[in-house]
Amino acid sequence: MTWLPYAVAIWLFLVGIYGVITSRHFVHLIICLSVVQSSTYVLLLGIGYRVGAAAPVFVDIPPGTPAVDPVVQALMLTDVVVEVTVTALLLALAVLAHERTGKLDPNKLGILRG
Amino acid sequence: MKPAARLTLFGVAAVTFAVIVGSAVADIRPNDWYADFVNRVTVPERQITDAVTAVNFDIRGFDTLGEEFIMFASVLGVALLLRRHRDERDGPPRDRAQGRDIPPPSDAVRILTVALVGPVVLFGIYVVAHGQVTPGGGFQGGVVLATAPLLIYLAGEYQSLCRLAPRWLMESAEALGAGGYAIVGAIGMLRAERFLENWMPLGRAGDVFSGGSVALIDWTVGLEVAGGFILLLLIFLEETLVRRDPA
Repeated sequence: MTWLPYAVAIWLFLVGIYGVITSRHFVHLIICLSVVQSSTYVLLLGIGYRVGAAAPVFVDIPPGTPAVDPVVQALMLTDVVVEVTVTALLLALAVLAHERTGKLDPNKLGILRG
Repeated sequence: MKPAARLTLFGVAAVTFAVIVGSAVADIRPNDWYADFVNRVTVPERQITDAVTAVNFDIRGFDTLGEEFIMFASVLGVALLLRRHRDERDGPPRDRAQGRDIPPPSDAVRILTVALVGPVVLFGIYVVAHGQVTPGGGFQGGVVLATAPLLIYLAGEYQSLCRLAPRWLMESAEALGAGGYAIVGAIGMLRAERFLENWMPLGRAGDVFSGGSVALIDWTVGLEVAGGFILLLLIFLEETLVRRDPA
Protein backbone atom coordinates (compact mmCIF):
# COMPACT_ATOMS: atom_id res chain seq x y z
CA MET A 1 0.00 0.00 0.00
CA THR A 2 1.61 3.24 -1.11
CA TRP A 3 0.39 6.74 -1.91
CA LEU A 4 2.22 6.95 -5.24
CA PRO A 5 -0.52 5.58 -7.59
CA TYR A 6 -3.08 7.94 -6.05
CA ALA A 7 -0.74 10.90 -6.50
CA VAL A 8 -0.17 9.87 -10.13
CA ALA A 9 -3.94 9.55 -10.66
CA ILE A 10 -4.64 13.03 -9.26
CA TRP A 11 -1.77 14.51 -11.30
CA LEU A 12 -2.94 12.85 -14.53
CA PHE A 13 -6.49 14.12 -13.95
CA LEU A 14 -5.37 17.70 -13.31
CA VAL A 15 -2.83 17.83 -16.13
CA GLY A 16 -5.49 16.53 -18.53
CA ILE A 17 -8.01 19.15 -17.41
CA TYR A 18 -5.32 21.83 -17.79
CA GLY A 19 -4.78 20.63 -21.36
CA VAL A 20 -8.52 20.79 -22.05
CA ILE A 21 -8.97 24.37 -20.81
CA THR A 22 -5.89 25.75 -22.56
CA SER A 23 -6.42 23.79 -25.78
CA ARG A 24 -6.31 25.56 -29.14
CA HIS A 25 -7.06 22.54 -31.28
CA PHE A 26 -9.91 20.01 -31.14
CA VAL A 27 -7.66 16.97 -31.70
CA HIS A 28 -5.40 18.13 -28.87
CA LEU A 29 -8.46 18.62 -26.68
CA ILE A 30 -9.72 15.09 -27.37
CA ILE A 31 -6.32 13.56 -26.57
CA CYS A 32 -6.30 15.55 -23.31
CA LEU A 33 -9.68 14.03 -22.45
CA SER A 34 -8.21 10.55 -22.82
CA VAL A 35 -5.40 11.60 -20.47
CA VAL A 36 -8.07 12.57 -17.93
CA GLN A 37 -9.71 9.22 -18.39
CA SER A 38 -6.48 7.29 -17.97
CA SER A 39 -6.25 8.72 -14.45
CA THR A 40 -9.22 6.53 -13.55
CA TYR A 41 -7.31 3.46 -14.71
CA VAL A 42 -4.37 4.27 -12.42
CA LEU A 43 -6.76 4.93 -9.53
CA LEU A 44 -8.67 1.66 -10.02
CA LEU A 45 -5.55 -0.47 -10.41
CA GLY A 46 -4.01 1.24 -7.37
CA ILE A 47 -7.07 0.34 -5.28
CA GLY A 48 -7.09 -3.26 -6.43
CA TYR A 49 -3.36 -3.95 -6.05
CA ARG A 50 -2.20 -6.13 -3.17
CA VAL A 51 1.45 -6.60 -2.28
CA GLY A 52 2.73 -10.13 -2.85
CA ALA A 53 -0.49 -11.35 -4.51
CA ALA A 54 -0.73 -13.22 -7.82
CA ALA A 55 -2.69 -12.27 -10.93
CA PRO A 56 -6.33 -13.42 -10.67
CA VAL A 57 -5.83 -16.27 -13.15
CA PHE A 58 -6.03 -19.72 -11.60
CA VAL A 59 -4.73 -21.92 -14.39
CA ASP A 60 -1.43 -22.85 -12.77
CA ILE A 61 -2.11 -21.72 -9.20
CA PRO A 62 -4.78 -23.33 -6.97
CA PRO A 63 -7.99 -21.33 -6.36
CA GLY A 64 -7.74 -19.54 -3.04
CA THR A 65 -4.17 -18.29 -3.59
CA PRO A 66 -4.05 -14.60 -2.62
CA ALA A 67 -4.65 -12.64 -5.84
CA VAL A 68 -5.25 -9.00 -6.72
CA ASP A 69 -8.79 -7.67 -7.00
CA PRO A 70 -10.30 -8.86 -10.32
CA VAL A 71 -13.30 -6.52 -10.11
CA VAL A 72 -11.39 -3.28 -10.72
CA GLN A 73 -9.41 -4.95 -13.51
CA ALA A 74 -12.65 -5.99 -15.21
CA LEU A 75 -14.01 -2.43 -14.90
CA MET A 76 -10.85 -1.05 -16.48
CA LEU A 77 -10.65 -3.58 -19.26
CA THR A 78 -14.04 -2.81 -20.77
CA ASP A 79 -13.45 0.89 -20.34
CA VAL A 80 -10.23 0.90 -22.37
CA VAL A 81 -12.04 -0.48 -25.42
CA VAL A 82 -15.12 1.68 -24.97
CA GLU A 83 -12.98 4.81 -24.55
CA VAL A 84 -11.40 4.32 -27.97
CA THR A 85 -14.79 4.28 -29.69
CA VAL A 86 -15.95 7.33 -27.74
CA THR A 87 -12.74 9.09 -28.83
CA ALA A 88 -13.59 8.18 -32.42
CA LEU A 89 -17.05 9.72 -31.95
CA LEU A 90 -15.48 12.95 -30.64
CA LEU A 91 -13.03 13.04 -33.56
CA ALA A 92 -15.96 12.64 -35.96
CA LEU A 93 -17.57 15.66 -34.29
CA ALA A 94 -14.30 17.58 -34.81
CA VAL A 95 -14.33 16.63 -38.51
CA LEU A 96 -17.90 17.92 -38.82
CA ALA A 97 -17.08 21.14 -36.99
CA HIS A 98 -14.22 21.74 -39.40
CA GLU A 99 -16.44 21.00 -42.39
CA ARG A 100 -19.12 23.41 -41.21
CA THR A 101 -17.01 26.31 -39.96
CA GLY A 102 -13.50 25.72 -41.29
CA LYS A 103 -12.13 26.14 -37.77
CA LEU A 104 -10.57 23.72 -35.29
CA ASP A 105 -9.88 26.12 -32.42
CA PRO A 106 -12.52 25.70 -29.69
CA ASN A 107 -12.03 29.34 -28.67
CA LYS A 108 -13.11 30.56 -32.10
CA LEU A 109 -16.26 28.45 -32.21
CA GLY A 110 -18.44 30.92 -30.38
CA ILE A 111 -21.51 30.83 -32.61
CA LEU A 112 -24.36 28.36 -32.36
CA ARG A 113 -26.05 27.56 -35.64
CA GLY A 114 -28.95 25.31 -36.54
CA MET B 1 -13.72 34.22 -20.44
CA LYS B 2 -10.18 35.57 -20.65
CA PRO B 3 -7.32 33.00 -20.54
CA ALA B 4 -5.90 34.50 -17.35
CA ALA B 5 -9.23 34.33 -15.53
CA ARG B 6 -9.71 30.81 -16.76
CA LEU B 7 -6.31 29.74 -15.45
CA THR B 8 -6.95 31.34 -12.06
CA LEU B 9 -10.25 29.52 -11.79
CA PHE B 10 -8.52 26.28 -12.77
CA GLY B 11 -5.77 26.83 -10.18
CA VAL B 12 -8.27 27.27 -7.35
CA ALA B 13 -10.33 24.29 -8.50
CA ALA B 14 -7.23 22.10 -8.98
CA VAL B 15 -5.92 22.74 -5.45
CA THR B 16 -9.36 22.09 -3.96
CA PHE B 17 -9.75 18.91 -5.99
CA ALA B 18 -6.28 17.62 -5.05
CA VAL B 19 -6.91 18.26 -1.33
CA ILE B 20 -10.36 16.63 -1.31
CA VAL B 21 -9.36 13.57 -3.35
CA GLY B 22 -6.08 13.27 -1.46
CA SER B 23 -7.85 13.18 1.89
CA ALA B 24 -10.42 10.75 0.46
CA VAL B 25 -7.82 8.23 -0.74
CA ALA B 26 -5.72 8.67 2.42
CA ASP B 27 -7.95 6.26 4.33
CA ILE B 28 -9.17 4.16 1.43
CA ARG B 29 -9.66 0.48 2.26
CA PRO B 30 -9.73 -2.02 -0.60
CA ASN B 31 -12.68 -4.38 -0.47
CA ASP B 32 -10.63 -7.48 0.23
CA TRP B 33 -13.63 -9.54 1.23
CA TYR B 34 -15.35 -9.20 -2.13
CA ALA B 35 -12.14 -9.71 -4.12
CA ASP B 36 -11.32 -12.88 -2.18
CA PHE B 37 -14.88 -14.13 -2.57
CA VAL B 38 -14.78 -13.66 -6.36
CA ASN B 39 -11.35 -15.28 -6.62
CA ARG B 40 -12.56 -18.26 -4.57
CA VAL B 41 -15.84 -19.04 -6.35
CA THR B 42 -15.05 -18.68 -10.06
CA VAL B 43 -13.34 -22.04 -10.49
CA PRO B 44 -15.68 -24.29 -8.42
CA GLU B 45 -18.90 -22.48 -9.36
CA ARG B 46 -18.32 -21.62 -13.03
CA GLN B 47 -15.20 -23.58 -14.13
CA ILE B 48 -13.65 -20.26 -15.20
CA THR B 49 -9.96 -19.86 -14.35
CA ASP B 50 -9.67 -16.20 -15.39
CA ALA B 51 -11.45 -14.30 -12.63
CA VAL B 52 -11.48 -11.06 -14.67
CA THR B 53 -13.53 -12.71 -17.42
CA ALA B 54 -15.81 -14.22 -14.78
CA VAL B 55 -16.48 -10.76 -13.36
CA ASN B 56 -17.01 -9.22 -16.80
CA PHE B 57 -19.35 -11.74 -18.33
CA ASP B 58 -20.95 -13.54 -15.40
CA ILE B 59 -20.85 -11.85 -11.99
CA ARG B 60 -21.29 -8.36 -13.43
CA GLY B 61 -22.46 -9.43 -16.88
CA PHE B 62 -25.31 -6.95 -16.97
CA ASP B 63 -22.90 -4.01 -16.50
CA THR B 64 -20.79 -5.26 -19.39
CA LEU B 65 -23.91 -5.42 -21.56
CA GLY B 66 -24.38 -1.72 -20.83
CA GLU B 67 -20.72 -0.96 -21.60
CA GLU B 68 -21.02 -2.82 -24.84
CA PHE B 69 -23.99 -0.74 -25.88
CA ILE B 70 -22.05 2.46 -25.13
CA MET B 71 -19.56 1.19 -27.69
CA PHE B 72 -22.33 0.22 -30.12
CA ALA B 73 -23.90 3.67 -29.81
CA SER B 74 -20.58 5.48 -30.37
CA VAL B 75 -19.77 3.50 -33.52
CA LEU B 76 -23.31 4.16 -34.72
CA GLY B 77 -22.80 7.85 -34.00
CA VAL B 78 -19.59 7.98 -36.04
CA ALA B 79 -21.29 6.23 -38.96
CA LEU B 80 -24.18 8.69 -38.74
CA LEU B 81 -22.05 11.84 -38.43
CA LEU B 82 -19.62 10.98 -41.24
CA ARG B 83 -22.16 9.65 -43.73
CA ARG B 84 -21.96 11.01 -47.23
CA HIS B 85 -24.23 13.98 -47.71
CA ARG B 86 -26.39 14.22 -50.78
CA ASP B 87 -24.85 17.43 -52.06
CA GLU B 88 -21.25 16.21 -51.73
CA ARG B 89 -19.29 15.02 -54.71
CA ASP B 90 -16.03 13.16 -55.00
CA GLY B 91 -13.22 15.36 -56.10
CA PRO B 92 -9.44 15.53 -56.00
CA PRO B 93 -8.02 16.79 -52.69
CA ARG B 94 -6.81 20.35 -52.72
CA ASP B 95 -3.37 19.40 -51.39
CA ARG B 96 -2.55 16.93 -54.17
CA ALA B 97 -0.81 17.62 -57.44
CA GLN B 98 -2.85 16.74 -60.52
CA GLY B 99 -1.79 13.84 -62.70
CA ARG B 100 0.73 12.45 -60.25
CA ASP B 101 0.20 9.11 -58.51
CA ILE B 102 0.89 8.46 -54.83
CA PRO B 103 4.01 6.24 -54.68
CA PRO B 104 3.16 2.67 -53.63
CA PRO B 105 4.58 1.30 -50.35
CA SER B 106 7.93 -0.44 -50.63
CA ASP B 107 8.18 -4.19 -51.18
CA ALA B 108 9.56 -4.71 -47.67
CA VAL B 109 6.48 -3.07 -46.10
CA ARG B 110 4.12 -5.05 -48.34
CA ILE B 111 5.74 -8.43 -47.61
CA LEU B 112 5.97 -7.81 -43.87
CA THR B 113 2.38 -6.63 -43.45
CA VAL B 114 0.85 -9.31 -45.68
CA ALA B 115 2.87 -11.99 -43.87
CA LEU B 116 1.60 -10.69 -40.53
CA VAL B 117 -2.12 -10.85 -41.43
CA GLY B 118 -2.45 -14.62 -40.95
CA PRO B 119 -0.69 -14.85 -37.57
CA VAL B 120 -2.62 -11.81 -36.30
CA VAL B 121 -6.00 -13.33 -37.21
CA LEU B 122 -5.00 -16.65 -35.62
CA PHE B 123 -3.77 -14.91 -32.47
CA GLY B 124 -6.99 -12.89 -32.25
CA ILE B 125 -9.13 -16.02 -32.49
CA TYR B 126 -6.91 -17.68 -29.87
CA VAL B 127 -7.31 -14.77 -27.45
CA VAL B 128 -11.11 -14.71 -27.89
CA ALA B 129 -11.43 -18.50 -27.52
CA HIS B 130 -9.34 -18.70 -24.35
CA GLY B 131 -10.96 -15.77 -22.56
CA GLN B 132 -12.29 -17.93 -19.74
CA VAL B 133 -8.99 -19.81 -19.27
CA THR B 134 -6.16 -17.28 -19.54
CA PRO B 135 -6.02 -13.47 -19.70
CA GLY B 136 -7.91 -12.38 -22.78
CA GLY B 137 -11.47 -12.53 -24.01
CA GLY B 138 -13.80 -10.84 -26.42
CA PHE B 139 -12.66 -7.27 -25.85
CA GLN B 140 -8.93 -7.94 -26.22
CA GLY B 141 -9.25 -10.54 -28.99
CA GLY B 142 -11.64 -8.32 -30.93
CA VAL B 143 -9.11 -5.50 -30.95
CA VAL B 144 -6.37 -7.89 -32.08
CA LEU B 145 -8.61 -9.15 -34.90
CA ALA B 146 -9.35 -5.59 -35.98
CA THR B 147 -5.64 -4.91 -36.61
CA ALA B 148 -5.64 -7.37 -39.54
CA PRO B 149 -7.53 -5.01 -41.93
CA LEU B 150 -5.27 -2.18 -40.80
CA LEU B 151 -2.28 -4.27 -41.91
CA ILE B 152 -3.93 -4.88 -45.28
CA TYR B 153 -4.40 -1.14 -45.64
CA LEU B 154 -0.76 -0.48 -44.70
CA ALA B 155 0.28 -2.88 -47.48
CA GLY B 156 -1.33 -0.46 -49.91
CA GLU B 157 -4.22 -2.79 -50.67
CA TYR B 158 -7.14 -0.47 -49.99
CA GLN B 159 -9.22 -2.04 -52.76
CA SER B 160 -8.73 -5.57 -51.39
CA LEU B 161 -9.56 -4.27 -47.92
CA CYS B 162 -12.92 -3.03 -49.23
CA ARG B 163 -13.47 -6.43 -50.88
CA LEU B 164 -12.43 -8.52 -47.84
CA ALA B 165 -14.20 -6.43 -45.21
CA PRO B 166 -17.09 -4.64 -46.91
CA ARG B 167 -19.06 -2.22 -44.81
CA TRP B 168 -22.32 -4.19 -44.78
CA LEU B 169 -20.48 -7.25 -43.44
CA MET B 170 -18.83 -5.29 -40.62
CA GLU B 171 -22.12 -3.59 -39.78
CA SER B 172 -23.85 -6.97 -39.55
CA ALA B 173 -21.00 -8.42 -37.45
CA GLU B 174 -21.25 -5.56 -35.01
CA ALA B 175 -25.03 -5.76 -34.77
CA LEU B 176 -24.94 -9.55 -34.46
CA GLY B 177 -22.38 -9.29 -31.66
CA ALA B 178 -24.35 -6.70 -29.71
CA GLY B 179 -27.65 -8.52 -30.21
CA GLY B 180 -26.06 -11.90 -29.52
CA TYR B 181 -25.02 -10.84 -26.02
CA ALA B 182 -28.60 -9.83 -25.20
CA ILE B 183 -29.95 -13.03 -26.78
CA VAL B 184 -27.61 -15.23 -24.72
CA GLY B 185 -28.87 -13.38 -21.66
CA ALA B 186 -32.49 -13.78 -22.69
CA ILE B 187 -32.06 -17.53 -23.25
CA GLY B 188 -30.80 -17.65 -19.68
CA MET B 189 -34.06 -16.04 -18.63
CA LEU B 190 -36.09 -18.66 -20.49
CA ARG B 191 -34.12 -21.72 -19.42
CA ALA B 192 -32.75 -20.79 -16.02
CA GLU B 193 -35.22 -18.11 -14.89
CA ARG B 194 -32.68 -15.25 -14.63
CA PHE B 195 -31.18 -12.89 -17.18
CA LEU B 196 -27.61 -13.94 -18.10
CA GLU B 197 -27.86 -17.06 -15.92
CA ASN B 198 -25.65 -19.85 -17.23
CA TRP B 199 -27.57 -22.31 -19.42
CA MET B 200 -24.79 -24.27 -21.13
CA PRO B 201 -22.76 -27.23 -19.82
CA LEU B 202 -19.96 -25.83 -17.67
CA GLY B 203 -17.21 -28.20 -18.84
CA ARG B 204 -13.96 -28.57 -16.95
CA ALA B 205 -11.87 -25.64 -15.75
CA GLY B 206 -8.87 -25.05 -18.02
CA ASP B 207 -10.49 -26.43 -21.18
CA VAL B 208 -11.33 -24.27 -24.18
CA PHE B 209 -14.93 -25.47 -23.85
CA SER B 210 -15.51 -24.40 -20.27
CA GLY B 211 -17.36 -21.66 -18.50
CA GLY B 212 -20.78 -22.41 -20.07
CA SER B 213 -22.48 -19.43 -21.64
CA VAL B 214 -19.55 -17.15 -20.70
CA ALA B 215 -17.60 -18.70 -23.58
CA LEU B 216 -20.48 -17.89 -25.92
CA ILE B 217 -20.64 -14.30 -24.65
CA ASP B 218 -16.88 -14.05 -25.27
CA TRP B 219 -17.49 -14.78 -28.93
CA THR B 220 -20.36 -12.30 -29.29
CA VAL B 221 -18.25 -9.56 -27.67
CA GLY B 222 -15.28 -10.43 -29.88
CA LEU B 223 -17.52 -10.19 -32.94
CA GLU B 224 -18.89 -6.83 -31.86
CA VAL B 225 -15.53 -5.28 -30.94
CA ALA B 226 -13.84 -6.50 -34.13
CA GLY B 227 -16.78 -5.40 -36.30
CA GLY B 228 -17.04 -2.02 -34.60
CA PHE B 229 -13.34 -1.25 -34.83
CA ILE B 230 -13.08 -2.28 -38.48
CA LEU B 231 -16.18 -0.20 -39.23
CA LEU B 232 -14.54 2.83 -37.60
CA LEU B 233 -11.42 2.19 -39.65
CA LEU B 234 -13.41 1.96 -42.90
CA ILE B 235 -15.40 5.11 -42.14
CA PHE B 236 -12.34 7.21 -41.34
CA LEU B 237 -10.40 5.84 -44.33
CA GLU B 238 -13.30 6.65 -46.62
CA GLU B 239 -13.44 10.13 -45.12
CA THR B 240 -9.81 10.78 -46.02
CA LEU B 241 -9.28 8.64 -49.13
CA VAL B 242 -12.39 7.93 -51.13
CA ARG B 243 -14.43 11.05 -50.71
CA ARG B 244 -11.62 13.18 -52.02
CA ASP B 245 -10.01 10.69 -54.33
CA PRO B 246 -11.46 10.01 -57.78
CA ALA B 247 -10.31 6.35 -57.64
